[in-house]
Amino acid sequence: MTGPSSASARRAVEAVWRIEAARIVASLTRVTGDFGLAEDVAQEALAEALVSWPASGVPANPGAWLVTTGKRRAIDHWRRAERRDERYAELARGLSETVGGDWDVEGIDDDVLRLVFIACHPVLAREASVALTLRTVGGLTTEEIASAFLVPVATVQQRIVRAKKTLAAAHVPFEVPTPDEYPARLSAVLSVLYLVFNTGYAAPSGERWMRTDLSREALRLARVLAGLVPREPEAHGLVALMALSAARFPARLDEAGRAVLLADQDRTRWDRSLIALGRAALARVDALGRGRGAYALQAAIAECHDLASSVEATDWERIVVLYEALGRIAPSPVVELNRAVAVSMAEGPATALRLVDALVAAGSLDGYPQLPGVRGELLTRLGRVEEARAELERAARLTGNDAERAVFAAKLRALD
Amino acid sequence: MAKYMIIMRATDEAIEASKSIPFEEIIAQMGAYNESLMKAGVMIGGEGLADEPGVVVDFAATPPVVTDGPYGETKELFNGFWMLEVPTIEEAAEWARRAPLGAGSKLEIRRVHGAEDFPADNEWIQKEEGWREEQAGR
Repeated sequence: MTGPSSASARRAVEAVWRIEAARIVASLTRVTGDFGLAEDVAQEALAEALVSWPASGVPANPGAWLVTTGKRRAIDHWRRAERRDERYAELARGLSETVGGDWDVEGIDDDVLRLVFIACHPVLAREASVALTLRTVGGLTTEEIASAFLVPVATVQQRIVRAKKTLAAAHVPFEVPTPDEYPARLSAVLSVLYLVFNTGYAAPSGERWMRTDLSREALRLARVLAGLVPREPEAHGLVALMALSAARFPARLDEAGRAVLLADQDRTRWDRSLIALGRAALARVDALGRGRGAYALQAAIAECHDLASSVEATDWERIVVLYEALGRIAPSPVVELNRAVAVSMAEGPATALRLVDALVAAGSLDGYPQLPGVRGELLTRLGRVEEARAELERAARLTGNDAERAVFAAKLRALD
Repeated sequence: MAKYMIIMRATDEAIEASKSIPFEEIIAQMGAYNESLMKAGVMIGGEGLADEPGVVVDFAATPPVVTDGPYGETKELFNGFWMLEVPTIEEAAEWARRAPLGAGSKLEIRRVHGAEDFPADNEWIQKEEGWREEQAGR
């Protein structure tokens, strides 16, 4: 019998880790009462698995093996630190009973939810939460996180070490937030996941962990979260938004890697299974009967695009109404600019130009390239060529993104 | 990330043996397994196939011959599938290992083709994508 190659054996261990990481770190945090230590010993258990499983085979209950090994490492740690307190004794006693046995499946979902709330705790910097969430909840390796964010491995390691120190210094408990803090804390979790998603939305690069994979991972984690808090409409709203946006990924770059505008995308390449998944999540939001939040409204806008066979066939009136609702719940000049674009499609460029001019007068989007970009587009459609040229040139100067600059340049050429 | 299909096959003996287990127990075990896939956010879809005779269309002859029952000599029935979206085939295999099945059952894991596997400018590929779009419906 030929054994599997070492690379494939390693991937088999990593596969178990991806599936079990959240539950392993969560249960180790529960038994040790120390998130930082739990994360360390979980990683040590993974390192041991990488050495012993390729030789001995994957154990029958790999999750329990990793938890047991992690507990042993925690005891070693305490022994070194000479912490012979009650918790140590209890853990050492319980160890023999848990080897290879099942873990507390009933409570594990609650523990994973506590883990999510710790990783996205407001005392942490945003990029620290991102790294911690991907590593402990997502089961990604430090190398994978580094490659997805285009930063050195040492940077990610440092962020994780610092994050654990910060959580310890702030005495952050391993608990689900109290009802009065709950909405803000949940919203922090959602925004960390959405940040991961949007990082993946940027230009693809890297080898094994492509940045689009990062978006898919964010979607997977949002689905995990929605399963943990099924009564929260915005958790389903975020799943819907991610799925309905990711559905268009296959068409957003041409073969040379250039960005393709929505109007020019080959809509047959959009991912129908993701559209179905996103629409099901949106239906769940509505079934809860508490209305649509900011994520669900953005998802509904994405849904309008996903269901249209062309830009012309898009229900722009509906998109305008959805942007109006979004602007009331989450007012922002960027939302207002997007509403103006939808208005230009529904009612024509003259009405939209008045909205954009109001934004220019307010001055809150100064330096934002899309403001002159949209204005230039509207002026083009109104036949005011010279004004349009000045706006598109300004937009091209303002943008720091090559793909975006190419789009403005193409619009300028079309004026000639 | 890629999509993988986990294809379930069982021998006649395994199907017979499963009849001695209360149906509700099977449903409960399979339900718990499917729930774990859903909770992990990796399940895209799946179906079970009815345990009743089908028909086979065999292209060995021209025109093809339609006969009753499963094809080939092997007594293995294709009786269901799952669709998962995961980064590696090893992760799909690890999920498959956890299925509540017994001796006589086998799971085969195959990657599902994506649009990126075909030339984008091929007329038939484009048509096929169009049909998919229509089938997915509004």
